[in-house]
Amino acid sequence: MTALTRHRLFWPAAVLVVLLVSNVFFAPRFFSITVHDGHLYGSLIDVLRSSTPLVLVALGMTVVIATGGIDLSVGSVMAIAGAVACLMIGDLPNQDSVGGVLLAVAAAIGLAVVLGLWNGVLVSVIGIQPIIATLILMVAGRGIAQLLTSGQIINVSSPPFRVIGAGYFLALPVSVLIVAAVVAIAVVLTRRSALGVLVEAVGASPTASRLAGIRARGLTIMAYVFAAVCAAVAGLIFSSNVASADSNAAGNLIELDAILAVVIGGTALTGGRFSLAGSVLGAVLISALDITTYTIGIPAETTLLFKAVVVVVLCLSQSAAFRAVVLRRRRTAGAPA
Amino acid sequence: MTERTVLEMTGIRKTFPGVVALDGVDFRLFPGEVHALMGENGAGKSTLIKVLTGVYGIDGGDIRLAGEPVHFAGPLQAQQAGVSTVYQEVNLCTNLSVAENIFIGREPRRLGRIRWGEMRRRASALLAGLDLDLDVAAPLSSYSLAIQQMVAIARAVDISAKVLILDEPTSSLDASEVERLFEVMRRLKRDGVAILFVSHFLDQVYEIADRMTVLRNGRLIGEYRTEELPQMQLVTKMIGKELTVLDRLDDEARTTAAPGEPVIAAHGLGRTGAVQPFDLTIRSGQIVGLAGLLGSGRTEVARLLYGADRADSGHVEIGGEQVTLRAPRTAMRHGIAFSSENRRTEGVIGDLTVRENIVLALQAARGWSRPIPRRRQDELVAKYVKALDIRPADPEIPVRNLSGGNQQKVLLARWLITEPKLLIVDEPTRGIDVGAKAEIQKLLVELAGGGMAVLFVSAELEEVLRLSHTIEVLRDRRLVEEIENTGGVDADRIMQTIASGATA
Repeated sequence: MTALTRHRLFWPAAVLVVLLVSNVFFAPRFFSITVHDGHLYGSLIDVLRSSTPLVLVALGMTVVIATGGIDLSVGSVMAIAGAVACLMIGDLPNQDSVGGVLLAVAAAIGLAVVLGLWNGVLVSVIGIQPIIATLILMVAGRGIAQLLTSGQIINVSSPPFRVIGAGYFLALPVSVLIVAAVVAIAVVLTRRSALGVLVEAVGASPTASRLAGIRARGLTIMAYVFAAVCAAVAGLIFSSNVASADSNAAGNLIELDAILAVVIGGTALTGGRFSLAGSVLGAVLISALDITTYTIGIPAETTLLFKAVVVVVLCLSQSAAFRAVVLRRRRTAGAPA
Repeated sequence: MTERTVLEMTGIRKTFPGVVALDGVDFRLFPGEVHALMGENGAGKSTLIKVLTGVYGIDGGDIRLAGEPVHFAGPLQAQQAGVSTVYQEVNLCTNLSVAENIFIGREPRRLGRIRWGEMRRRASALLAGLDLDLDVAAPLSSYSLAIQQMVAIARAVDISAKVLILDEPTSSLDASEVERLFEVMRRLKRDGVAILFVSHFLDQVYEIADRMTVLRNGRLIGEYRTEELPQMQLVTKMIGKELTVLDRLDDEARTTAAPGEPVIAAHGLGRTGAVQPFDLTIRSGQIVGLAGLLGSGRTEVARLLYGADRADSGHVEIGGEQVTLRAPRTAMRHGIAFSSENRRTEGVIGDLTVRENIVLALQAARGWSRPIPRRRQDELVAKYVKALDIRPADPEIPVRNLSGGNQQKVLLARWLITEPKLLIVDEPTRGIDVGAKAEIQKLLVELAGGGMAVLFVSAELEEVLRLSHTIEVLRDRRLVEEIENTGGVDADRIMQTIASGATA
């Protein structure tokens, strides 16, 4: 029992379960999953589906934070990816063309690689502090996205593109499958190769890593490129789901939710040890929180307040010092007078 | 009893998950004495100090200060009760000024405003009492580690200490600075302060301590008056067996003196502001020692040869081929390994496990895409954990939890698995106990015997003399003399060179 409660991810997992269960009191069929036309439907599936962009962004953010950095530009990269894809698809003579859509997707991801390189080079070659370096693209990137779309919302009606965010495969939403694949690739890449431990070494102690012969520069650039690619895929899912490119709404403030997800998942903002599973859990938790506010009928104007309260409770529950204080108080209160 | 203890700890027990760090330890301290706490690394000295200062809670036993039972919730409370500590590695903020460091947390104020003028005046007066003339408004980082240490002590002294704990205060000081520190300690002693002193330098302990308490493996071995316990007996009590390794070393080191081919040759290598251009050749199977005072350029020479800093003049030949050492990676590729003197900040990575730390350099050399198979890692790590006797022998715990000596061994293991041709070790024995020290010295001799070239940097002349075939003497950032370490060379001979410059 204590081994279980001591686990790093026990508290966020517990809060997630409590959140999900609390929905049942307001929506009795919350946990039921039905099959329609060979597709799975249900609130749990919705939670997963709506969490996909955030899970992706949090995944990239985790690796960047592990190097001791931070990436504020992920939201803008999402917007740019959506804009580029929708522009290219909109220009297709036939929007049903699978080849054309794949080309658009590849172009969006290719551009994300360039944007990630830009961030990585600013941080590791030129030596700008990560928060400032990525702030540049955070501000400029949304401008670029608006420039691409001429400040308009670009609508597309391309069935192949819709598949990414709204399609189903093997009874499951395609977006969830894409995210599962990216998570699996990320876990294999970091834990089966030596990437994970080298990144952790660089994040925990840059000086010691340099003397141990680790090429921090390449690793740091890779981390930012990975974060940008994750953000681009998230942007594609978001834009495919709404069948349009909205440069203002896409990924707006998602960087903050992603950082929160990483922290909930137990990765310290100071760099070093990181947990991809923790970040995924954190991201799903934040999405579940959003959905819960709707199901239990929290008025729109107090949604943010409700979120804030849950986050505060969650963060406090993860603090060993806080738990010690609460437990001690209870023990003295319970002692016979 | 006529004497009254200022501090009495009885039956102290402290456990960490899986380890009993202290078990039934008693410790007492009288006013106006210097009491040395002795023991090997991992014997529980640091734990006892942390228990005393409230960093850790205790699982059993009690602590009395001036007869009153106390329970400190943290170092601040301990400090307020009159127990101040200066830790092994300087715990000050190097980006703040000297005066700010001395008064941090208790700045002289008026109506909530800090009175900077008075703070600086009081800091100057305090330092003057220790014969230190510093610019108290300058950032602490502009002073050497030795001076920083003295500032830390000044700070601790100023916080009206009844009990002053000095944990390895002398490990980064040179001889004259140690003498100055001892002056201060003697003065404090006369004022009735009880001083708990931890040091691995036995000579220093015998010079300054009145009594000593010996710990081994978390247990109390005994409390002795210094004059009643000869050095050899003390060492035997600390390690629990007769120490003959050191005696044998003296013969071993020099019998193997048949140096082979040059591994590395530096020609006019230098870096402005760090060390003046020097020539140096290290051959396989040879131990070259760097001797000199603190700040004489020892570390700088080592760092240049590893490419940790870039040379701005001269060049290096490795195995006859001219090489530009652009970065540590270049040096590593040519078979050079470097263990830094700052093992916590530039050596081991505290968050990573023992296993991860040991394979780190080899993995870095292979690149991220070619991971060392887990089974191979386990084999390598098990081999070196055993060979170097790293304790605890659990490769999956974070290195942070190991004692200083064991961290140093992990660092050495990291480099040994890369099978270097030249091993550069900067202060590998600083702040670690006699047992581990002898083991590391023995290891270096064996490695050289096996054909490895070793560049050995140490502040301890005796150590350099004992191990080195050739001694390079540095003075004021210049390599002034190369001495073949044959029978007639002793510490005085080297001290002369250091004091007067080149004799030739």
